[in-house]
Amino acid sequence: MNTSALIIMVPTLIGISGFTVYFFWKVLNVPKRDEPDSFSDN
Amino acid sequence: MGKNNQNAWGTRVGLILAMAGNAVGLGNFLRFPVQAVQNGGGAFIIPYLVCFLLLGIPLLWVEWAMGRYGGRNGNHSTPFILDSMGNRQRLWKYIGVFGIFTNIAVAAYYCYIESWTMSYTMHSAMGTFQGMDQMQVASFFKSYLDIEISTTGIPYEPIIFFITCVVLNSWVLGKGLAGVERVAMVGMPMLLLFAIVLAFRAVTLGTSGASPQHPDASAIDGINFLWTPQYQSLYDPKVWLAAAGQIFFTLALGLGSIQCYASYLRSKDDIALNAVSAGFMNEFVEVVLGGAIVIPIAAGYLGLDWVKENASFGMAFQTMPYLFQKWGPILGAAAGVMWFGLLFFAGITSSLAMGTPWVGFMRDEFKWSNAKGAWSFGLMLIVLGLPTVVFYNEGVFDEYDYWGGTISLVIFATAEAILFSWIFGIQKGWQEITMSSDIKVPSFFKPILLYVTPVMLILVLLGALISPEANNWLGAFQSLGAGNGWPLSNGSIISQLFNTGLHQQIATAKGDGATILKNKLMYVNGARALLLALFVGICILVYVANAKRKKQQVA
Repeated sequence: MNTSALIIMVPTLIGISGFTVYFFWKVLNVPKRDEPDSFSDN
Repeated sequence: MGKNNQNAWGTRVGLILAMAGNAVGLGNFLRFPVQAVQNGGGAFIIPYLVCFLLLGIPLLWVEWAMGRYGGRNGNHSTPFILDSMGNRQRLWKYIGVFGIFTNIAVAAYYCYIESWTMSYTMHSAMGTFQGMDQMQVASFFKSYLDIEISTTGIPYEPIIFFITCVVLNSWVLGKGLAGVERVAMVGMPMLLLFAIVLAFRAVTLGTSGASPQHPDASAIDGINFLWTPQYQSLYDPKVWLAAAGQIFFTLALGLGSIQCYASYLRSKDDIALNAVSAGFMNEFVEVVLGGAIVIPIAAGYLGLDWVKENASFGMAFQTMPYLFQKWGPILGAAAGVMWFGLLFFAGITSSLAMGTPWVGFMRDEFKWSNAKGAWSFGLMLIVLGLPTVVFYNEGVFDEYDYWGGTISLVIFATAEAILFSWIFGIQKGWQEITMSSDIKVPSFFKPILLYVTPVMLILVLLGALISPEANNWLGAFQSLGAGNGWPLSNGSIISQLFNTGLHQQIATAKGDGATILKNKLMYVNGARALLLALFVGICILVYVANAKRKKQQVA
């Protein structure tokens, strides 16, 4: 692959993958609140 | 509300997967790579990411916040969500009609594409494409679209698959949010799995697909072409409009379905983190996976020159089944099932989202059950969708896509961005977004919401309204400056409205050609009449619902 393509592609793919994993990890690990939320109905 | 409530989200992950599924559609795999190739390759990603930051994320927050705010007041569709935010000005609830209308109009033709993926999954599993050459696979698609021809022996095959698809959607919708969530919980992981397998195969294809007919074929050339920046394209307004449009469609903004899904959340539920998580999940599928399948595989077998000339939405059905056969009968069939299976999951998670605003509206205002709402939605899809199946070649499909799936989205999103920041007020709006948030929302998004997002949307709308010939904006401004007027493109909203392009074709056509074009004009106007009838019909329902509400308030 040519260098100019790599310069755009690698940071973009790493950035998007990184943010996706980070935000989803945060969703899974955020401390649960004491009061019931919308999901407690089910 | 008791356990197993049909109209509540079961889990937070289920909600995020359903929201991501709403956004992830066929366009992630088919539209994005084609847009990138046509708009500067790797340089396209720069305006694309800028638009994601300035348009996509703010609008996601706006739509999630509007939904949760509306749900708190018992509103699960946009007419009365907008009404409650718009200082009770009568106009807003009718602008909110777009949030139901667009979903039904888009679902009517989207279910047809979804039915192609369903049929092609079956054909791939049955080995229909084995032994076919490239031309035969391409003509198979044309035969499939012709209702007179049956590829399986089933009469009126595309109609049968379309109706099956609508029935499946209606049945799941009838189960309420619980049904939608279950489909997302199964469909999204399957989609990711299939896409990762195909992307891995594509990027490791190298030059192994080269043949005597295409000796220079290389998958790496495809990836290079997709990502090599042509920086001069950054100065072209057309590229920025294309990037803004892509962000818009890929995130399912301006549809009204995000508000509907979010309206089942409570004040203490986070929306800021949920919205960015679902948004980035969509970006991952689009940029990381969507960019790594179609273009590299096509370039790997047919060469880069072929891709440059033929990159289009149709490649998914007209070319990919042929290329998969090169992996052998078993792997080829498996790849076909995975490819069309992932497109099917991408499609159904989006079409289900399109049904929920109507079901929610009819339940809120007319006390209809989920099942009644869902089956009436299905009935409307059949009435509106059948013309797209039967008169596909007469332009009905394209007409729905243009007015329902393109222009309505931009109009509605522009209106909601102005409503949220300027009528409802940025202070209250910001409070809504940050309420119960699990992340700290950067404060620089406040001025973005107030100025940048509405201005960008107005520019996108204006860009579509007066797009110049050959999308040459610089040339158009020069022409205007020189006193030669604005060279309006036949693709602009104004020209489309008056069928300028079609009238020009009719004027120059002779004999049978002119008759065919005149018939096409009739079908195009017929499609518009159907869409207009749908819009007016929903307006009448909103008017009746509003009158009922007023009556109840007095009583």
